[in-house]
Amino acid sequence: MPPVAESSLEVREDFPIFARRFDGRPLIYLDSAATSQKPEVVISALTDHLRNHNANVHRGVYALAQEADAAFDLAREKIAAFTGAQRQGTIFTKNVTEAINLVAYSWGRANIGSGDAVLITEMEHHANIVPWQILCRERGATLRYLKVDERGELSLEALESELARGDVRLVAFTHVSNVLGTINPVAEMTARVRAAGAVSLVDGAQAVPHMPVDVDALGADFYGWTGHKALGPTGIGVLHARPEILDGMEPFLTGGDMISSVDFQSATWNELPSKFEAGTPMIAEAVGLAAAVDYLCALDMTRVRVHERSLTAYMLERLAEVPGLRVVGPPEAEGRGGLASFTIEGMHPHDVAELADRGGVCIRAGHHCAQPLMRCLGVGATARASVGVYNDAADIDALVAALHAGREVFGLGGS
Amino acid sequence: MDDLYRDYILEHYKRPQNFGELDPRDLEALEHNPLCGDELGVHIRVKDGRIDELRFHGHGCAISQAAASIASEELKGMELQDVGRLDADWMIELLGIPVSATRRKCALLNLKVVRGAVTGDDSWPTGSA
Repeated sequence: MPPVAESSLEVREDFPIFARRFDGRPLIYLDSAATSQKPEVVISALTDHLRNHNANVHRGVYALAQEADAAFDLAREKIAAFTGAQRQGTIFTKNVTEAINLVAYSWGRANIGSGDAVLITEMEHHANIVPWQILCRERGATLRYLKVDERGELSLEALESELARGDVRLVAFTHVSNVLGTINPVAEMTARVRAAGAVSLVDGAQAVPHMPVDVDALGADFYGWTGHKALGPTGIGVLHARPEILDGMEPFLTGGDMISSVDFQSATWNELPSKFEAGTPMIAEAVGLAAAVDYLCALDMTRVRVHERSLTAYMLERLAEVPGLRVVGPPEAEGRGGLASFTIEGMHPHDVAELADRGGVCIRAGHHCAQPLMRCLGVGATARASVGVYNDAADIDALVAALHAGREVFGLGGS
Repeated sequence: MDDLYRDYILEHYKRPQNFGELDPRDLEALEHNPLCGDELGVHIRVKDGRIDELRFHGHGCAISQAAASIASEELKGMELQDVGRLDADWMIELLGIPVSATRRKCALLNLKVVRGAVTGDDSWPTGSA
């Protein structure tokens, strides 16, 4: 029997921003898919590091530098453990975008050639499209797309037929769609990719903050996620990869810290993960993200997922009451992450978001950096409401009330 | 009454003036709002150095559609050399509603596309406000 969902995790007080008032009203934040709010423990870990332990890492001999080293190393241990990854296979990047660019540049340039194909899907974020467009153009390779069906899902059979063509070297896809909410069957997909002798890359930006993720069990060769959507600071992302595959790759960004030795004409590379972290790394941000994963571990990611799934089910049910509202993506909360994108007949999504704000509700509108998907859906834009650990059913009620009120402003009738 | 979504704004949104296409046409341009993916194009027929006919096409929010509709009435009959001198202040004043920084591009997209068609300058219109 599935665990009973809690209507609220009762953690809002842990997040200082919710003490703010906007024209006297509380903050109703339904935009966690864009970025999450930060708990006090993350903010104080960051400031404590900057106040009390700040020094550059690596090679400092004084006590303060050793404290910074220890804090940075511990942060990486915790962040790697959070997703079941190895320390040497856990590289800090600026964000998922940089993680994907790293793979496209370092792995892609060495392994994708003329006549090869890169397979992605129609539901990708621009971050998982544009690097492959550039790589394919540069290498004379082909970029192909797995279709999204009318339920907003991918087909394993379609993946198999694409792989059977024999030219696919890399398959890159999102774990959870930032528009449709679809949770893709990652393990089933990576198993097929591996069996075909290809390499897989998974964009976990919308998954890691919201559900238990074990990158080892998922079997992806590359798995990226970002700190700021997972209650951590901006400026730090994570790329997980098997150390063997990283060992065989040339570096991406080059300079200080990533070298073993530098001669006048050449250099040799540092060991993992430093080989892929040129320059002073994001030290305070890593400490902040480690505090965020500590916080999430204490909450228990299974409990987080159960809570957010139950809220999403409630959101889907309540949104269906709004006349003219159409939700895109899987119809059931079971197969989706904590978000719903929708359109309302007679109102542009930007106006929907603006009018939601009149009701004190923060939602996002636009193409969500997924313009090819928008074209497949036949819309220019959607509005999107997304939940986090701090949301509860009352937030969804406020959204639905604001949408009704917005329709009235636009003079749209009751049905 | 809503400050932004006033009756005349919604009226122009629902029934925009001078929307459609012109064939033949003398000038045209198409622009996107990179923030939201909205698209607005214009077709213009010129007679004696003036805008004789003008039609917008595309899709966008209430602010961008209403702004195009309202501007279209002013633009018809305007001398081409005057179009290049129109700035953001002209558009915002014409629209007559408080436009926040985030919605500014919605309001200015039509002027950007018209100036692009007439003068080739496709930069975002600026102003003092």
